[in-house]
Amino acid sequence: MSFLLDAEITKQEMIGPGHYRLNLLAPDIAAAARPGQFLQVRCGSTLDPFLRRPISINAVDRENGEVALFYRVAGRGTALLTQKAQGEPVSLLGPLGRGFSLPKSQARVAVVSGGIGIAPLYFLLLELAVFGVSADVFLGAATAGQLFFTKEIKGLGHRVEPATDDGSAGYHGLVTDLFAENMARSSEYAMIYGCGPGGMQRRLAEIIKEFGVSGELSLEERMGCGVGACLSCVCKTGSEGSIQYRRVCTEGPVFPAGEVVWA
Amino acid sequence: MSGVNASKDAGRSHLTVNIGSLRMKNPVTVASGTFGFGPEYAPYLDLNRLGAIVVKGITLLPRAGNTTPRLVETPAGVLNSIGLQNPGVERFITEALPFLADYDLPVIVNIAGDTAQDYARLAEKLSRTAGVAALEVNISCPNIKKGGLQFGSDPASAAEVTRLVKESTHLPVIIKLSPNVTSIVAVAEKVAAAGADALSLINTLLGMAIDIRARRPVLGNILGGLSGPAVKPVALRAVWQVRQAVPLPIIGMGGITSAADAIEFLLAGATAVAVGSANFVNPLATMEVLAGIESYLNENGFNNIREISGLAHNNI
Repeated sequence: MSFLLDAEITKQEMIGPGHYRLNLLAPDIAAAARPGQFLQVRCGSTLDPFLRRPISINAVDRENGEVALFYRVAGRGTALLTQKAQGEPVSLLGPLGRGFSLPKSQARVAVVSGGIGIAPLYFLLLELAVFGVSADVFLGAATAGQLFFTKEIKGLGHRVEPATDDGSAGYHGLVTDLFAENMARSSEYAMIYGCGPGGMQRRLAEIIKEFGVSGELSLEERMGCGVGACLSCVCKTGSEGSIQYRRVCTEGPVFPAGEVVWA
Repeated sequence: MSGVNASKDAGRSHLTVNIGSLRMKNPVTVASGTFGFGPEYAPYLDLNRLGAIVVKGITLLPRAGNTTPRLVETPAGVLNSIGLQNPGVERFITEALPFLADYDLPVIVNIAGDTAQDYARLAEKLSRTAGVAALEVNISCPNIKKGGLQFGSDPASAAEVTRLVKESTHLPVIIKLSPNVTSIVAVAEKVAAAGADALSLINTLLGMAIDIRARRPVLGNILGGLSGPAVKPVALRAVWQVRQAVPLPIIGMGGITSAADAIEFLLAGATAVAVGSANFVNPLATMEVLAGIESYLNENGFNNIREISGLAHNNI
């Protein structure tokens, strides 16, 4: 079930340079949302910028009917969104897309995040905790100040392994290198969940394949409608000889890691 | 639910328009490629309230579409280079069309081909298919290498495709024209002479965007088609000029986001209007356009939608 509605902002705060958390009152969406799904958010109110912006659902509070979004200012649309204050309405379309599949057992899982990729993965980690599933979280960011939600994730009972590009916290280097080193020691995970920039996801897919484990990746692509009509946000899936384009907004954004073809 | 709305609309005959022999209960439809095959937007609005649905462009064989990125936002608009990704006519008929059979909604199928014969074969096949109300002939897609715009940019080729399609079907034939020509009127005149029943004006404008950091074109296909509010004045001009030259019904489209936009197209000479990219932003745009047209008629003392079509031509 998906909804088109105006939701009132209950809170918006900057939690790091260029990074914002936006809470909205939207009980229908909060009730229906699953980890990995996203909303199409109308950031402005005029015809320019024109399109909605797809933003991952970061958390829901079903009791209070609230939805939290976590976003990075990436352009004119998200910059406009930061200007909206408590009490203002925002037009939302969603929840949209196919989210992560939750594990069938309580066996340990791994979560690999790069940058803003933590936005949907945090929602997943909240749900995993509810189901009593523990995760090893490989949390990658440019610098220590952008290792968002570290404390909260630990509070849920998950283990956090940080990695930073500048070495200001945790492993000095790519989160995928940290993860690969870890997998070489122990790859006993029921599932690997990942989200992050394109290059990081591509490397993660290689590692998942190399170790023969199950994995799911949440992809990002330029989006038009968000509901499967315009066929803009496609990704290549399948195997040689049977390649097809599938819609990130509808068949994704979460895909089995082995299905995505990285051209 | 559909029964209630159908009867409610039947009482509003002042909104009825005819596109050739196709009767639409109201003048508001959607632009091909912006509304999928219907189910995509069914969660948000009652499709029965539309005057018609124009589905995503269909080709004889399935098409994978262009490489990504396929879309980039531009000032008050959007560039796309989808490349006619579609399941092909066979799977369209068996997998997509049945969904629409449950609605009181004329289905206009947009068709595209690599050759003039492709269009004729598509027309023939769809004419034998229950649930197809009309054909919109896409001779104006800027995003495919063969066919498409190649037919739409040359008046003689456009006329040839029109003639072949007309010979292959009893359905109303709507020719969708491109603005990427020296004279859209010249193409419209030839297409009209070849037997077209109506015209859709306009398809997207050929454009591009460049990523200055990567120093390369943004779109995978390099060039794309521009739509959205940015193109509205161009589309409106096309409708105005063609209306002066050709006595065919026109479905006006290009950047319509509001009832005021739609009314401009009607006053310029359109018989019906299609909402395109605005569906992405506001899935209820068609419903707001329809309600706004009704209010405009009431507030200005018009009894019938047909009274305002082309009215601005009388006031110059």
